[in-house]
Amino acid sequence: MPSRDEIFEKVKAALVDALGVDEEDVSPSATMVGDLGAESIDFLDIVFRLEKAFGIKISRGELFPEDVLSSSEFVSDGRVNAAGLAALKSRMPFANLTKFEQNPSVQNFANTLTVDDMVRYVESKLAA
Amino acid sequence: MRWFWIDRFEEFVRGRRAVAVKNVSLAEEHLHDHFPGMPLMPNSLVVEGMAQTAGLLVADAIEYARRVVLAKVAAAEFHFDAVPGDCIRFEAEVLDLKPTGSLAKVVSTVGDRTQGEAELFFAHLEPGDGVPQLFEPQQLLRWLDQMHMYDVGRDEAGQPLARPDW
Repeated sequence: MPSRDEIFEKVKAALVDALGVDEEDVSPSATMVGDLGAESIDFLDIVFRLEKAFGIKISRGELFPEDVLSSSEFVSDGRVNAAGLAALKSRMPFANLTKFEQNPSVQNFANTLTVDDMVRYVESKLAA
Repeated sequence: MRWFWIDRFEEFVRGRRAVAVKNVSLAEEHLHDHFPGMPLMPNSLVVEGMAQTAGLLVADAIEYARRVVLAKVAAAEFHFDAVPGDCIRFEAEVLDLKPTGSLAKVVSTVGDRTQGEAELFFAHLEPGDGVPQLFEPQQLLRWLDQMHMYDVGRDEAGQPLARPDW
């Protein structure tokens, strides 16, 4: 099992390639969308690169749960409801959703995921 | 203008690689508008040729079950401009293929010189809401025939590529 730093370096390389950002921009606290400019299609590209770099299999919606965020069961008036928050927490144990919970509008979710969340996600996959 | 940026396939191995050619001609209208007085094939359209070569390679591999669209030019570098009289050869290779998307590398050459290199990312969209039908099946098949795909195509076992019964 690689160390946290080793995982971070590989995640950083994947994000530099997928998003065309500079290495120094990819800090652990950088948000994927707000700071690094990731768009929805980039998440698919990132999935490809992480799978290759770490030899893991990432199912659709695992890294970015677009199905939860677009479901009428979990979203009312553009805001993720209590059931939706529970679904996100159970699907994404690697992500820190504390800040998102304070204002769970779907639009805000894009700015929730950080590089550190990506590293924790890969760590959890490698440990599984 | 017709959106055909390859003239013919020269090689086509299902799910792996394809080679297509595009002859650049002074008769093409767009050459005259890009830089008046200096006709050249814009590299944005070279990328289209690359995307058609690799996109059809991918679409065939998933049996046209989803709409294959160029979602992202992950990287692209060009070394010189293609001009009238040049024959551009696109060599596409599938790097990764999944139900939801694919990654391909395409190199364009003119003679023995590398003209450009690109990494293209395709999204495979499920037909349905918000995803228009891009071609009528018969229209697509006619285009593939015109490009000699089934004359040169081979499947994974090296057998002639079966022409779909649409």
